[in-house]
Amino acid sequence: MSQFDLMRTPVETAAMNTPLLDVRGLSIALPPGADRPLAVDDLTFTLNPDEILCVVGESGSGKSMTAHAMMGLLPAPHVRVAGGSLLFKGKDVLAMPEAEQRSLRGGRIAMVFQEPMTALNPLMRVGRQIGESLREHTALPAPARRARVVELLAQVGLPNPAELAEAYPFRLSGGQRQRVMIAMALACQPDILIADEPTTALDVTTQKQILDLIRSIQAERHMGMMFITHDFGVVAEIAHRVAVMRHGKLVEYGAASDVLNRPQHPYTRQLIASVPHYIEHRDDHAKTGAPLLVADKVRKIFHVGGGLFKKSKEVIAGDDLSLTIHPGETVGLVGESGSGKSTLGRSIVGLIKPDSGRILFEGTDLLALDRKGFRPYRRAVQMVFQDPYASLNPRHRVGDIVAQGPVAFGEDRTRALTRARELLAMVGLDGSAADRFPHEFSGGQRQRIGIARALAMEPKLLVADEPVSALDVSVQGQVLELLDDIRRRLNLAMLFITHDLRVAAQVCDTIAVMRRGRIVEMGTAREVFTHPRDAYTRSLLDAIPGKSWHIPDDLQKIPAGAH
Amino acid sequence: MLGFARLFASRLVKAAAILIAIVVMNFFLVHAAPGDPAMVMAGEAGAADEKFVAQLREQFGLDRPLYEQLGTYVGKIVQGDLGFSYRQQRPVWDILAERLPATLVLTLTAFLLALAAGVALGTLAAVAVGTWADSAITVIALLAYATPIYWIGLMLSLLFSIQLGWLPAFGYETIGAGYTGLAHVADVAVHLILPVITLALFYMAGYARLTRASMLEVRGLDFVKTAKAKGLTQSRIVTRHVLRNAILPVITVAGIQAGQLVGGSILIETVFAWPGIGRLAFEAVLQRDYQVLLGIFLVTSIMVILFNILTDILYGLVDPRIQVSQ
Repeated sequence: MSQFDLMRTPVETAAMNTPLLDVRGLSIALPPGADRPLAVDDLTFTLNPDEILCVVGESGSGKSMTAHAMMGLLPAPHVRVAGGSLLFKGKDVLAMPEAEQRSLRGGRIAMVFQEPMTALNPLMRVGRQIGESLREHTALPAPARRARVVELLAQVGLPNPAELAEAYPFRLSGGQRQRVMIAMALACQPDILIADEPTTALDVTTQKQILDLIRSIQAERHMGMMFITHDFGVVAEIAHRVAVMRHGKLVEYGAASDVLNRPQHPYTRQLIASVPHYIEHRDDHAKTGAPLLVADKVRKIFHVGGGLFKKSKEVIAGDDLSLTIHPGETVGLVGESGSGKSTLGRSIVGLIKPDSGRILFEGTDLLALDRKGFRPYRRAVQMVFQDPYASLNPRHRVGDIVAQGPVAFGEDRTRALTRARELLAMVGLDGSAADRFPHEFSGGQRQRIGIARALAMEPKLLVADEPVSALDVSVQGQVLELLDDIRRRLNLAMLFITHDLRVAAQVCDTIAVMRRGRIVEMGTAREVFTHPRDAYTRSLLDAIPGKSWHIPDDLQKIPAGAH
Repeated sequence: MLGFARLFASRLVKAAAILIAIVVMNFFLVHAAPGDPAMVMAGEAGAADEKFVAQLREQFGLDRPLYEQLGTYVGKIVQGDLGFSYRQQRPVWDILAERLPATLVLTLTAFLLALAAGVALGTLAAVAVGTWADSAITVIALLAYATPIYWIGLMLSLLFSIQLGWLPAFGYETIGAGYTGLAHVADVAVHLILPVITLALFYMAGYARLTRASMLEVRGLDFVKTAKAKGLTQSRIVTRHVLRNAILPVITVAGIQAGQLVGGSILIETVFAWPGIGRLAFEAVLQRDYQVLLGIFLVTSIMVILFNILTDILYGLVDPRIQVSQ
């Protein structure tokens, strides 16, 4: 018996014997022609009142499908429940008539989604969107509903709730929208709250706030909560019990402390081993020779809106940005969304022209060059983009994508294609890859193609803009290892842009922390992680989920820089 | 609301600028005609001796510098003087004023009917996607879209007026009946039915297809999933969440077409002998009646601008994000 069970009164223990939710042998069938016949295969688990169950797995593991089946959100008729039952307080949800199912949805079982930016109707005031739920499931008259909406908005910690209820979603930030979503889910005091990756799309500090909010609300209302995530850091923060899923099957299921500290299944062990841990910073990088790149007081202002008769608004994306990168050094640019880190990265590659400042590459000011003069430097500085799905031309063969750069610089086409095949092999793709199209590859493989494309130009500096943030954690680990391996073999310098401090800790020698267009702190990874000087850096470090959890020793990786 | 007033004001300012540009273009179009306007007018009037032309030049100030002429021209337009049609021996404004109501009644009725029916059918098809109802609506829309508009008009009038004798085949009112008041309105309404249906069918098909496609796209968006997860009824999800968002592209297209409708009903007006602007334009082209054509050009331009402003306002009302990005 765990500590939790001992603290309960007998009545509560009795109530726990009939679980809130009892999933028995649930199978969900995919349409014919999908990569596997069953999205969810014979899944069995229970959820008790006053408990947070974390369902962990990578994309495609069927964790969201399970939640969608519970809410009647499966895309009928293509995807359907093929077998099993979903018992809510002992009654099978799947066997209920539609009207009864609907009264459960949003009433007894509520859900919060991953993407707060798109989960709200853009044309409806947020107060009304929350009120709709009350209108459907309660008999409250309109004025009482409005009062309740304001009360709910206040409960989820939003300022000026009365005013905010009248706002449209586009006026709200991502974190605020997610709070609205939570208020909406809580509207009818549900017994079960399903949260499908509710913090994945948020910045680390916002993530911490939302996690704290979810945890306190759950504890206050004794709700049963199913929390879907891929992040073991988050699991360590909030889970009471954990279910690990892979390819639609449950591979490990148990109390959080057991799964986190004594994982049994090889897949769980592999997932935990690929969790980046911020303690593992690298050893200091020995800077040698003249700096490869110096950014000196770079400043960029964007003009937003405006027209013939109207003045545009100025947004300072970067101000007084200075950093140096030495050959072989990896500099991490860390910050939240909108902090200007991509602006600096794009300025260095020449995609954006800063308003003032200098960018010196081996002593030459790139900003002073004209198009023609800049051209040779395009080769020397290459970029790996964030979204591997959008950054490769879907109509070109992979071999061509990789070879196009050198061909544009006068390389013989057959030679370039041969070299492309070598590079694809080097990034771990097999020989046939060159003749295929990007859509035939997974996200991780596409990012490898993106890296091969950048390497084909034989650059001296690689700018990697969030290269792993769109990838699953185990794939993330592989791509980071590949980048590190290449960096060492080719003695590449790298500017690594990321919002994830744990990732930065794993790959960077030097770290620059950005906030609101300024670099607030810059130092070696060791300094920044062990003795952060700036208050903002400290709050970022403090917000890393699961930092009090010590990854089991036998699963800890040797820090990459310590080889 | 302040943002809304500002949006409206800025639209009006832009509209005025465009209107001035159109008037100036109009002025230069007259000058681009072979010979100068005096020659054209003399030709139209049927007398072409040198003295008369010189007299005309002096009378209309054509011997003055160009900018001065432009000033006079703009001044006249502002006063509502669109010139004089020598063909018809009447001021252009009088001719247009006589024809405009007939066209507006025809096109606006057809437009509203097309919009209402198109959105309704498109919604129905999207909700019942993949069923026989969806297929039927899609086929009907495709047929209405692909069939030549005048052919539909001819067939409808063949069936309903010649075979069945239910409706008048052409004209705006029963000539010589001398109806007044409500009887007149009813008479015009009966005459209106066939041309309106013919014109509306074509546009309705477009709106139905657009609404269907747009709804199917919106139906897959995240916030619709949120609405379902709230346990809302299907009808509320469709009307409040899907349709409301799906209607935006329909408004855009409808706004562009509404402006064109005024001048774009030439075929219908010809088939049904409807005394509107479209037919007037057609006749004016045949008779090379430049003054009338330029008048029509100006009036239809104003209509286009007017409908564009209306569309913008409607858009601002439907989509709160617009006011900010403007």
